[in-house]
Amino acid sequence: MFQIFIFLLVGLLAYYLVSNMLFNMEKQHIASGWGFMQKESSFEIGESLIPYSSSNSYGRALLVGALNTLLVALIGNVITLVLGTVIGIARISTNWLVSKLAGIYIEVMQDIPVLLQLFFWYAIFYEIFPSPRQALSPIKGVFLCNRGAIFAVPAAHQAWGYMLIALAVASLLVFFLKRWAKKRQDQTGRRFPVFSASLLLILGLPFVVWLVNGSPTEMSVPELRGFNFQGGMAVSPEFAALLLGLVLYTSAFVAEVVRAGIQSVKKGQTEAAMSIGLRPNLVLTLVILPQAMRVIIPPLISQMLNLTKNSSLAVAIGYPDFVSVANTTINQTGQAVEGVALIMAVYLIFSLSTSLFMNWYNKKVALVEL
Amino acid sequence: MKLYKLIAMAVVTLFLTTTGLALAAGTLETVQERGSLKAGVNGGVYGFSMPNDKGVWEGLDVDTARAVAAAVLGDAGKVKFTALTAVQRLPALQSGEIDVLCRNTTQTLTRETKNGLNFVQVNFYDGQGFLIPKDLGVDSAMQLDGATVCVLPGTTTEMNAADFFKANNMSWKPVVIENTSELNKAFFAGRCDVLTSDASQLAAQRAVAPNPSDYKVLPEIISKEPLAPVVRHGDDQWYDIVNWTVMGLINAEELGINSENVDEKLKSNDPKIKRFLGVTPGMGQALGLDDEFMYRAIKQVGNYGEIFERNVGPETDLGLDRGLNALWTEGGLMYASPFR
Repeated sequence: MFQIFIFLLVGLLAYYLVSNMLFNMEKQHIASGWGFMQKESSFEIGESLIPYSSSNSYGRALLVGALNTLLVALIGNVITLVLGTVIGIARISTNWLVSKLAGIYIEVMQDIPVLLQLFFWYAIFYEIFPSPRQALSPIKGVFLCNRGAIFAVPAAHQAWGYMLIALAVASLLVFFLKRWAKKRQDQTGRRFPVFSASLLLILGLPFVVWLVNGSPTEMSVPELRGFNFQGGMAVSPEFAALLLGLVLYTSAFVAEVVRAGIQSVKKGQTEAAMSIGLRPNLVLTLVILPQAMRVIIPPLISQMLNLTKNSSLAVAIGYPDFVSVANTTINQTGQAVEGVALIMAVYLIFSLSTSLFMNWYNKKVALVEL
Repeated sequence: MKLYKLIAMAVVTLFLTTTGLALAAGTLETVQERGSLKAGVNGGVYGFSMPNDKGVWEGLDVDTARAVAAAVLGDAGKVKFTALTAVQRLPALQSGEIDVLCRNTTQTLTRETKNGLNFVQVNFYDGQGFLIPKDLGVDSAMQLDGATVCVLPGTTTEMNAADFFKANNMSWKPVVIENTSELNKAFFAGRCDVLTSDASQLAAQRAVAPNPSDYKVLPEIISKEPLAPVVRHGDDQWYDIVNWTVMGLINAEELGINSENVDEKLKSNDPKIKRFLGVTPGMGQALGLDDEFMYRAIKQVGNYGEIFERNVGPETDLGLDRGLNALWTEGGLMYASPFR
C-alpha cells in the first residue's frame, strides 16, 4: 500500500516537473519538437569521418559528433587496456626500478585531474611544434607542426578494401583454428602451435591479396600548399591531446585494477602450477590470468565507461565530439531540452553497449561451478 | 513512522510547488526582493567585460548592467556578474539563472523567436572581421582559401564565417574552443592562421596579445553585429525597464547630462531634462520604478558617451573611435527614443 502511494507520488512529481517545464517554455515561446534535425546546420565542423559541410542538416552534424566521440572512445579504450595491463604487471615486477617507476606513474597520473592533463597536452602540441611553413619532418613523408601530425598514406586503390576483407576472413579462421586446436589437445593431448599459425594467417592472407591485386605502392604524400598541407592523412592536435590525456589518465586506474587482480590469485596456485612442471609463461597464461580476469573484468568495465564519458571534456580543447556539436546545436536552435535529452541518450547507448559487451565477456570467463 | 515519511514527502512536494510559483513572479519583484541583479557577461573581453587586476569588473557591458542595477535597486554596485561562454549564455538566460544578459550578443531573428528572448536597445554596433599575423603576408579576407580559423562556438560569428567561405568558394578548417581565453591562447600560439570575431573583440584581443604589433585586422567587415542586452520573453515590464535604461544612457548624452553635472541639471528649466531626471514626475512610475531612476544611473555610472570613452574609447588600450556608435547628431547610429 505504502509502495503504491510512493509510486503515485513520484509519478505526480514527474508530471508536475514536465508540465511546469512545458508551461514555462510555452510562456517564453521557446521552440520545441524534433523538426530542427532536418534543418540546415550552417556551421562547420573541424574534423569528420563522413563527408559534412555547413549546408548539411543538424542531424548529420550530430552524427559527425557522435562518430568522433566513438572514434576517440574506441581507440582510447584499446590503447588504455594494453598500456594499463603492461604498467599493472610492471608494478608487481620483481625488478625494483621497474616496479617503482610504474608506481610513480600511477600515483602522478591518478592525482592530476584529467581536464588539467588535457590542457597540458594541448598546450604542448601548439606551443612546441612550429607553424606549417617550418614543419618538422623527422622521416620522409611525415610532418609535425601545430596543425598536427601529417603523414603519407597509400593512395586510394581497390586492393586496400579487399585486404580489409581478407583480414576479417583471417580473423575468423584464427577463431576456428583455436577451437579446433583446443579440442585436439583435449582429445589427444598434443599441442598445436596456434600463435605462429595465427600470425601467419593474419599477415599472410592480406599480403597474398595485395600481390594478386598488382601490389600497389603509390603513396599520397602531404604537400604544403597555401596555408596548410594537402594530401596524406592528418591527426589534429585536438584529437591527439584528447587521446593522450584520456589514455594516460585512465591507464593508471586500469594498472591498479590489473595489479589487484593478479595479486588476488593465491600464491599456492603459482606454486602448484610450478610443481606440475609448467613453464613460467604458461603459469601466467593458463593459471594466473584466467583466475585474475574474474576479479579484473568488473572494475575494468567501469574504467572503460569512465574513459568514454570523460571524452566529453573534448569541448575544452576544441575537439568536435558529440557534446561540442550538441552544445552548438542547442545554442543555435534554442532547444536545450531536446539537445540535452540527445546527449543523455547517446552516452547511455555508448555506455550500455560497452557494459553489455563486457558483461557478456565476464560471464564467459567467470567461475563455472561444477 | 510511516506517517513521518508521508509528511516529509508532502512538505517536499509543497516546497517544489512554491518554488515553481516563485519562478513565475515578475523579474522586477524577484530582483528587488533579492536585493541584487544577476547579470551574465563575457568575462574574457577586455573593454567589454573583464575583471581588472584588483578583481573589479570593468567594461561597456559591465557598466550597462550597473546602470540597470542603479535604476532598479538604487545602487550600481549591487550586481552579481556571471561569466558565461557563448554556448552557455542563452540557456542561462532562458532558465532564469540570470536576469539580464549583457554579453556582446548579436540580435538575430531566430534568437528573438526560437530562443524565446528579447533584445533591448543596441549598446554597441559591430561587425565581424579577421585578425591575422602580419608575417603571413595576407592583405584581404579573399586570400584566406584553405586557412585554419579560430572561432568561438555558438556565435553568429561561427555561422557568418561558414557563409562567407561558402559564398566565396573557399575551403577552411574551423578550430572551435568554448573558452574565450583558451581560444585566444591557441590562436596566439599559432594553432590557427586567422582569428575571426566581432571587430571590437579583435581589437580587444589584439590589445592584450603578447606582441600586438605582429598582428593586424583585415579590412573586410563581413557582417552586421548589433550587440544588445537581452531579457527573457514573457516579462514585458522587465523588458521595458532594461530597454529604457539603455535608451536613457544614450538620451543623457544627447541632453548633455553626465555624471559630473547631473546634480546641477536638476535645476535646469528644460522640460526634456526635467522629465528625464524625474523633476517632473511620471516617467519612472510608468515603468514601475521611482522617478529618479535615470538620475541614479547617470550619477553612478555616467551617460553612454562616458561609458564608451572609459572602456573602449581612444584613451584606452583598445583605442576605438565612436564610428557607428556616435550619436545620430554626430553621424552615428545611436538614436534613442524620447522620454515622454
